[in-house]
Amino acid sequence: MTPLTIADKIFHSRLFTGTGKFSSGQQMEEALLASGSGLVTIALKRVDVQNEQDDILSHLAHPQFNLLPNTSGVRNAKEAVFAAQLAREALETNWLKLEIHPDPKYLLPDPIETLKAAEELVKLGFVVLPYIHADPVLCKRLEEVGVAAVMPLGSPIGSNNGLQTRAFLEIIIQQSTVPVVVDAGIGAPSHAAEAMELGADAVLVNTAIAVSQQPVQMAKAFKMAVEAGRMAYEAKLAPVGITAHASSPLTAFLDEL
Amino acid sequence: MSFIKIFNQLNWDEIKESIYAKTASDVERALMHPVRSLEDFKALISPAAAPYLEQMAALSQRLTQKRFGKTIQLYLPLYLSNECQNICTYCGFSLDNPTPRTTLTPEQILKEVEVIKSYGYDHVLLVTGEANKTVGVDYFKEVLQLIRPYFSHISMEVQPLDRQEYEQLIPLGLNTVLVYQETYHQEDYKKHHPKGKKSNFAYRLETPDRLGKAGVHKIGLGVLIGLEDWRTDSFFTALHLQYLERTYWQTKYSISFPRLRPFSGGLAPKVDMSDRELVQLICAYRIFNEEVELSLSTRESQHFRNNVVRLGITSISAGSKTDPGGYASGQQALEQFEISDERRPTEIVQMIRNQGYDAIWKDWDNVLG
Ligand code: SF4
Repeated sequence: MTPLTIADKIFHSRLFTGTGKFSSGQQMEEALLASGSGLVTIALKRVDVQNEQDDILSHLAHPQFNLLPNTSGVRNAKEAVFAAQLAREALETNWLKLEIHPDPKYLLPDPIETLKAAEELVKLGFVVLPYIHADPVLCKRLEEVGVAAVMPLGSPIGSNNGLQTRAFLEIIIQQSTVPVVVDAGIGAPSHAAEAMELGADAVLVNTAIAVSQQPVQMAKAFKMAVEAGRMAYEAKLAPVGITAHASSPLTAFLDEL
Repeated sequence: MSFIKIFNQLNWDEIKESIYAKTASDVERALMHPVRSLEDFKALISPAAAPYLEQMAALSQRLTQKRFGKTIQLYLPLYLSNECQNICTYCGFSLDNPTPRTTLTPEQILKEVEVIKSYGYDHVLLVTGEANKTVGVDYFKEVLQLIRPYFSHISMEVQPLDRQEYEQLIPLGLNTVLVYQETYHQEDYKKHHPKGKKSNFAYRLETPDRLGKAGVHKIGLGVLIGLEDWRTDSFFTALHLQYLERTYWQTKYSISFPRLRPFSGGLAPKVDMSDRELVQLICAYRIFNEEVELSLSTRESQHFRNNVVRLGITSISAGSKTDPGGYASGQQALEQFEISDERRPTEIVQMIRNQGYDAIWKDWDNVLG
């Protein structure tokens, strides 16, 4: 499996994880270690950065975990930039998962505010990974302002519905010049494998691991699924479908002269 | 990353070898993949694909109809000038060719426009050699202002310009720029372009990047078939296309397949491409890229053109004259190359209809910019 490079970092695992919804910090730590993940998102609003004994941060103190603070909770670009600056200072990383969802019910990302914030944050020196709808045009606009990757959703966040946006993810993957990380909606290892087979560069999984009956075992299952999907993609899947057959030969004219 | 960086990482001979090494099963896989990669494209243009031509044609036809329907767009070249400061070994306008030179005045241009409009054309392609002092940006500005009221789509096939120059021409009505690399073989490029600004390979290679940055609506790519191994050259064209589509994603693209034609001056093609191979190439482009426009000029024969309009082509010219002033005067003296299909536009339209297709005259409007 080829490693993945985002900005200046190399990742040997293409499974990114989240830190919400676990029943304890201890369980989160065990599951994330089992997942093999090298990039872990963390909601700034959930941690007490002043406190070294913070239940989340203390369990993430492993060298393999790169922290990816997210701006979950902000509702517009202005709040996002403010939150980003706080995160950079507190967690000493310029990496940022940009999330702006003004809608409290489905937590759907606001494309206009996200683009605005991304542009500003890139100028401020952040490595920006925006969480967005699976919108191919928005992805190109974000690339142009300099984001390091795009994170389109597979289906509504926390829904575990899989790749409902598959047709758009295919377009995004085909035309993107930055890594594509499928985020949100991945509820089963098979969904993760499907995203990787499509050619996604990585997937981000949180709920499906955190709320399963056995988070550690589920984390391992995702690890294997992501590897399997990526290996299949690199090995090139066998083709499906049949080739077209014309009713009357189209190239017979070549023999006529 | 600009295209030249990507280009510089590749080796012509290795690419060529990898194309010729493709096998029947590579071709079969390429035909069945839902989205084709550059490796699939290599298989489709390789000698191994020859036995699959009928299947490729059927697939190409289906994909073309899916995206474009049963339509063929019509355009006509308007040769403004045959002055040229370059030496190109294959061209009738080459500096060392003792042909009389002329650049059309506004009055002469309007006479040409009158004839072209009488045929029914709404899309014109302006063509010149490269004589920057007399036929430079100021001349182009003047011409665009002069002819814009008559056409809703104006394309240009002239010397490569700077980004700022393109930026000045776009608001005056320039929609499309065609710039063919001629060949991606850097050393042979130098041999075919020994003198003049055109001998700068890199400047030409980076022209589509400048066009993309300037924001032109459509960019036309292509190589001159006959200069070098057409398969390898076409691979580089496809690579260039893929790079441009991803980078300048708001721009449209077209591909042309000019095969070397006789002209007064005479370089025999180094590489011969058969009709069968040209059909293979057209279908390969379509199967590789469902959106790209594929254009065929009057260099090709009647018989060939009649049949390929159904196989993947989306635009053709008809009734072309390749000498400045040729439409109004009816003479054929100063032409760039000999045309092969000499039928009048009305006959071409009838042919298109007979094939079950609609001929499209207008596909853009001035109000769209
Ligand atoms: S190909 Fe173009 S640049 Fe070269 S001689 Fe002909 S007109 Fe001049």
